[in-house]
Amino acid sequence: MPALRLDAAALPPELDGLRRDVRAFLAGEIAAGRIVPHADNWLAGWDPAFSRRLGERGWIGMTFPPEYGGSGAGSLARFVVTEELLAAGAPVAAHWIADRQSGPSLLKFGTEEQRRAYLPGIARGETSFAIGMSEPDSGSDLASVRTKAERADGGWLVNGAKMWTSGAHVADAMIALVRTGPPGESRHEGLTQLIVDLRAPGLEIRPIRLLTGEHHFNEVVLTDVFVPDGRVLGTVGDGWRQVTGELAFERSGPERILSTFPLLAAVAGRLAERGADAADRARIGMVAARLWALRRMSLAVAARLAAGDAPAVEAAAVKDLGTRFEGALIETVRLLARVEPDLASSDPLAHLLAQSVLHSPGFTLRGGTNEILRGVVAKSLLPRGDAR
Amino acid sequence: MNDIVQDLAGTVDAVCARHADPGEGWNPRLWDELERVGVTLLPVPEERGGAGADLATTAEVLRVLGRHAAAVPLAETALLAGWLLAEAGADVPSGPLTAALAGPDVALRQNAGGGWTLTGTLPRVPWARHAEGVAVLVDGRTAFVPRGGYEVGEGANLAGEPRDTVHLRDAAPAQVLASSATAQEFRERAALGRAALMAGAMETATDLAVRYAGERVQFGRPLARFQAVQQHLAEMAGETLLATVAAQAAAAEGTGFAIAAAKAAASEAAGTVCRLAHQVHGAIGFTDEHGLRHATTRLWAWRDECGNEAEWGEALGARAVDAGTGGLWPLITAGGDL
Repeated sequence: MPALRLDAAALPPELDGLRRDVRAFLAGEIAAGRIVPHADNWLAGWDPAFSRRLGERGWIGMTFPPEYGGSGAGSLARFVVTEELLAAGAPVAAHWIADRQSGPSLLKFGTEEQRRAYLPGIARGETSFAIGMSEPDSGSDLASVRTKAERADGGWLVNGAKMWTSGAHVADAMIALVRTGPPGESRHEGLTQLIVDLRAPGLEIRPIRLLTGEHHFNEVVLTDVFVPDGRVLGTVGDGWRQVTGELAFERSGPERILSTFPLLAAVAGRLAERGADAADRARIGMVAARLWALRRMSLAVAARLAAGDAPAVEAAAVKDLGTRFEGALIETVRLLARVEPDLASSDPLAHLLAQSVLHSPGFTLRGGTNEILRGVVAKSLLPRGDAR
Repeated sequence: MNDIVQDLAGTVDAVCARHADPGEGWNPRLWDELERVGVTLLPVPEERGGAGADLATTAEVLRVLGRHAAAVPLAETALLAGWLLAEAGADVPSGPLTAALAGPDVALRQNAGGGWTLTGTLPRVPWARHAEGVAVLVDGRTAFVPRGGYEVGEGANLAGEPRDTVHLRDAAPAQVLASSATAQEFRERAALGRAALMAGAMETATDLAVRYAGERVQFGRPLARFQAVQQHLAEMAGETLLATVAAQAAAAEGTGFAIAAAKAAASEAAGTVCRLAHQVHGAIGFTDEHGLRHATTRLWAWRDECGNEAEWGEALGARAVDAGTGGLWPLITAGGDL
């Protein structure tokens, strides 16, 4: 029997109405010029006003119970909303991290006080989070983090540096993985998650510009930053287990498939105007087929997650295939579009092509490189010990 | 997948494990066993001799058969011939059947006495030489010609599965029935059958590669300890999972868009899985003494049968272009007819 297991799932038909509502809302936003479709806009599109408009409609924090400001609509309803937002290339970055993983982590591991302090703001689209996992010397090898928290009166003093923290310069808080004790033989011991106020004294946030010059990433340097005991997330020393749980939320969502979808939509429009021959149709159709299949895979994982299951390996496989697809899509569109990519172009196709190409290296790096993901999948296939 | 379907798939898996011999060209013993467990006419209504199951259940059984490289025309019998006959109001006989879509050179004529004759050539009909009869969809009618009513020119696909030329020379069909089935529906059901079989064959190719990588020692360690090999295994597992979910989703939806996408995705995935399975196996997998070929030669054949990724892609692409910028995403989520 196969070691990886997924069963195709369908969305409940009662979510059709929600999908129609989100589509109508987005059409209105685009028509009014309030948003412009962009590629990779869950990294790049930081628009707090747009996030607040989503929050007003109950489309953020859909997995949070009502007592914490959420709609309680559930993770499949969230799946519908997020895929509609991503397909439209909407600017969702300001609430993305908080809605996808910080909020669910707070819900799972946080104290009552922490939940009440953060979740309602997240659901309103007002409170944004950053991820403090990677460090200058820790990328894929997360267990090697060196940022250290030492006991202080009533809390912890944190010293070290976090890297690639998207949005840290504009976000409110960061959930940081720090070392609070010896690593042990597994290297997974002695790690703790702390909720760091990004306006706390001792923090220095330095931009790390993308190759386009855009500022999304940061280096966050922490020098004697005080984190009170009340901002320890979960259990001291349990950070590894908590973080790997968080990665399951991070790995298989629609954002691992749809980062370049606005580009595909744009070229479909171009072909409609220009006329498409049989070869053009076959090319775009093959991309559409793979996208359809990947979406069904992502949905199959979402259904397992919704049922309380944790298909971590299957999620890794979806992320591997999906993020490579995001890049492969660009290669097909290039051949169909026959325009030169240009960020300054008034032609949306040339503009989206440029954005997609320039953002593409990130697709197969963020949230665990594809090589690491395939290692996770391979190790699950092989008898214990065979892979090492 | 519900428990009943899972149990049925388990039963068929056990039957295949006992009786399937992928080295055989046609396996009548396995066919008899599959008839005994009642899966050869799964989607045919009970009143027509079938089990009245849905397409999703049928696809799960086909996936199991694909896993075992089962040498029986179950897709042709259950999804095509059985469907054509039952849909036209006829009872479906037992035994292996096959089906074909008449091309422009096939003529169905009614003579003065009211009898019918069928003349023409049907190329690459799966399993024709072993079938009890062929159901032909021609000019809005289903014509069923029993074995003996046609001549067979033997041919085969890359795996050696019969793909015969059926010569009809004033053949007298046993039945000619008005049909509401369309050629497009025929193509879609055929493609769905292949997509499900392919998912199963990909599972086997991946399983064999995983097992071999764990056993074969080079440079003092099993292949599985080389990260380069691990990357191959993971890629195969991912592509296999994609094809499996796609076939299941297409069978559950049953729409032209979903089936086209699933067959195109499976055909594309099959190339990757075959290439990597052979790469991991080294030279031994490339020989006729190794069982890997039963999976890979089928995948290489099936990816081009019943429409490959370019053919189905073209149909999907036509819809995508019609949909344009604003319509593409609704098309991906809603699918529908082709």
